[in-house]
Amino acid sequence: MIKLDKVSKKFGTGDFGLIDINLSVDKKEFVFLVGPTGSGKTTIFRLLIREILPSEGTVIVNDWDLTRLPKHQVSHLRKKIGVVFQDLKLLFDRTVFENVVMPLEVTGVKMEEARQKVEEVLTQVGIIEHKDKFPIQLSGGELQRTAIARALALSPEILLADEPTGNLDSATSWEIVKLLSDINEEGTTVIMATHNVDIVKNLSKRVIGLEKGKLVRDDKKKDNK
Amino acid sequence: MKFIKSSLRNIRRSPYQAMAAVLIMMLTFLTISFFTFLLSGSSRVINFFESKPQVTAFFKNEAKQSDINALEKQVKNTGKVASLKFVSKQEALKIYRQQNKDDPLLLDLVTADILPASLEISAYRINDLSGISEMLKESLVVQEVIFQKDIVATLVSWTSAVRKIGIGLIAVLSLVSIFIMVTIIGIKISQRKEDIEIMRLIGASNWYIRWPFLFEGMFYAALGAVIGWMIASFALWYSTPFLSSFLKGIPILPISPVFLLRVLLAELILAIILGFLSSFLAVLRYLR
Repeated sequence: MIKLDKVSKKFGTGDFGLIDINLSVDKKEFVFLVGPTGSGKTTIFRLLIREILPSEGTVIVNDWDLTRLPKHQVSHLRKKIGVVFQDLKLLFDRTVFENVVMPLEVTGVKMEEARQKVEEVLTQVGIIEHKDKFPIQLSGGELQRTAIARALALSPEILLADEPTGNLDSATSWEIVKLLSDINEEGTTVIMATHNVDIVKNLSKRVIGLEKGKLVRDDKKKDNK
Repeated sequence: MKFIKSSLRNIRRSPYQAMAAVLIMMLTFLTISFFTFLLSGSSRVINFFESKPQVTAFFKNEAKQSDINALEKQVKNTGKVASLKFVSKQEALKIYRQQNKDDPLLLDLVTADILPASLEISAYRINDLSGISEMLKESLVVQEVIFQKDIVATLVSWTSAVRKIGIGLIAVLSLVSIFIMVTIIGIKISQRKEDIEIMRLIGASNWYIRWPFLFEGMFYAALGAVIGWMIASFALWYSTPFLSSFLKGIPILPISPVFLLRVLLAELILAIILGFLSSFLAVLRYLR
């Protein structure tokens, strides 16, 4: 369960990233986070993995109050949340396999077990045949799938996808959304930030709208998982 | 041991930085090795002189054996004497003849009457020599007292100076190597900023990220120490024949391999401490 209670974030420059946000996301929900660039979507993701702290309010993920979470516990939190970053954050000097195995290495999973898990998630996202390629040899959609595979490696309870269809053509975008939807079907809470209106319109999922850091829409009426 | 694999990859990817780190550590430990050998050698030389008869008292011709015995007893009773040897006129003549056996003219001129009887005394501690010497001089039966105080005192003061210079040089070199290592590890951390950021975001703990850098620092220092020690040991081995002839009669060479291995062990421990300390400072400075 995710809960943001009266959350505001003021940056060092004096600008507000978020203003008085109240929202909650239940387990196994699929939520679209929509809004123009600079509306605060990424700021919410950064708060959820405790990359930053709110200036006001509380952020709760599962049983953790992130505003009070000690620093040494942050790594535990991040193992529970898979993130597909807007800029992917893949390492270009490592193969697909090496990128995806990283979270498992960090957790100290044994190599044989890690190899099995990586092959499993690469099969799930449909790029097992590319496992020994370097990111530079992949298409935009394949890169996106690599990032999703890495986010899934630790079987997270929550998956945050920040503009995963940002630079993709329409057909590939739908493939990615279908993949995220399947992951959600299997029981993972998915929050996908996007400004792709077509995708949001055509999928009957909850939509949370942001504008200039304020919550302007929380459409819970639609049929949701 | 993933962090070791990770460290080795870092080393392989930036060989020049690795070389700079190993070289500065090598220089430090080469200096440490040389000074260790030098100080150990000079302390053995001092020990050698200290264990030799250091004070010799020559008796007047008219000195009676009973007076000499009394003086001998008095000196022994101070408790500062390691050994004491009486050399009679006849024995002195024997020694004289032995020393000048190639010069018949000198042998003809000298008889036992000319040579004085003497007492050769060695002390436990070099500082006690003056006291013993004064005691001998006060005796009425003693003609003259000679002792090697000056030689030993000079040697002690030289050793002390060498020790001070060595400690100073080693301290400066250690500081320089720490600073260089901090800089090198810092550069490596900066080069891997992206990896580190990603690792943090996917849940790596601080220590998971730190360990490869700490290990890398310890590895450079240990490798530098081993190379420095090897060069110094080779130089010592190579110069042993020359040094042996220079230090004729002072049995300190060849240096035992056990001593060399002890020096290596001590240097490795020091290297690991230095390497860890430098990497830790770099990690604190650049990996907040």
